[in-house]
Amino acid sequence: MIVAQRKKVPELVDILKGRKKILLLGCGTCVTVCLAGGEREVSINASALRIASRLQNLDFQVEELTIERQCDNIFIEKAAEAIERNDVVLSLGCGAGVQAIAERYDKPVYAGLDTAFIGILEERATWTEKCIACGKCVLHEYGGICPVTRCAKHMLNGPCGGSREDRCEVRADRPCAWQLIYQRLKNIGELDRLKSIKAPKNWSAGIHGGSRVVIREDHRI
Amino acid sequence: MTNEKFEPLLIAFCCQYCSYSAADLAGSMRLQYPPNVRIVRTPCTGRLEVEFFMKAFEKGADGILVAGCLEGGCHFTEGNLLAKGRVGYTRKFLSETGLEEERIRMINISAAGAIPLVDHINEMLAILKNLGPSPLRGVNPPTTAEMRI
Repeated sequence: MIVAQRKKVPELVDILKGRKKILLLGCGTCVTVCLAGGEREVSINASALRIASRLQNLDFQVEELTIERQCDNIFIEKAAEAIERNDVVLSLGCGAGVQAIAERYDKPVYAGLDTAFIGILEERATWTEKCIACGKCVLHEYGGICPVTRCAKHMLNGPCGGSREDRCEVRADRPCAWQLIYQRLKNIGELDRLKSIKAPKNWSAGIHGGSRVVIREDHRI
Repeated sequence: MTNEKFEPLLIAFCCQYCSYSAADLAGSMRLQYPPNVRIVRTPCTGRLEVEFFMKAFEKGADGILVAGCLEGGCHFTEGNLLAKGRVGYTRKFLSETGLEEERIRMINISAAGAIPLVDHINEMLAILKNLGPSPLRGVNPPTTAEMRI
């Protein structure tokens, strides 16, 4: 899922300064799970904005709404009336959600969150990055542990030799991805995969080749 | 800033397994505590969400006291620990919005803690008197008595 973090209230106030009728629009999918932009966070942020508005005489009128998914037209339509009756939309969706709303309505749409990465819930209230969406998955080669994402040096032929114990030399609070890869491949009996030298990665499938489009001709009418 | 005439409104969210019983015991023991406190009985402090606190402040509460069981003694195992985190999170939001974070506090007491409960209430009221009325009190005050309480 997509993991995001909240922007602090002063930053939101700064973004919204001079605006009056504000729709605080939450998203019920990824950002709800990562406790950043769901119904509850919409309510908390709306209260915070109302309090800040009253203290700073900003005259915000904040309406709250959360839709199932901000990146899907069917669900965005359910917010149409609320968007129409407000001056601006402060979206608590990920970057895709913000842009999906902005593309469909002639109203200013602002991002209320900082979208961070694609990751998983590692343990209670801790999310970790697992995928950088490089466009050409190599996970089968590395026992299901992504060196592109989890090795600080993105090494396809590791390890780098700088790790201490099982810790990454770049960030000591992170495990060495190559240590994990070795252990994992050993456990599943696929260590021989490491004997071959991997060719340099073609990064043009990633964001480096510009924003990407996926088209499924078989599903088009 | 001490305001002698100012009487703060303190909302006390009390867990029914400990501090609510402690408040009850305080009554049985004829212990006096100021009438400024409004006690809200909750099934567990783990039921309390950040938005409850924010809404209370929005409606003009001067302070909030969250009273849960002793750590390790929650009837639902970890409700009071969840509340502790949420109170901390609320404090962050309060300071970001411009309200003093001292306006909300979590305490842990047992059902037998009538005297500590009264002490905590008095201490919190003293802090609130020192801080002065919530700035949200005078601006667009809620119109009905129910909203005020």
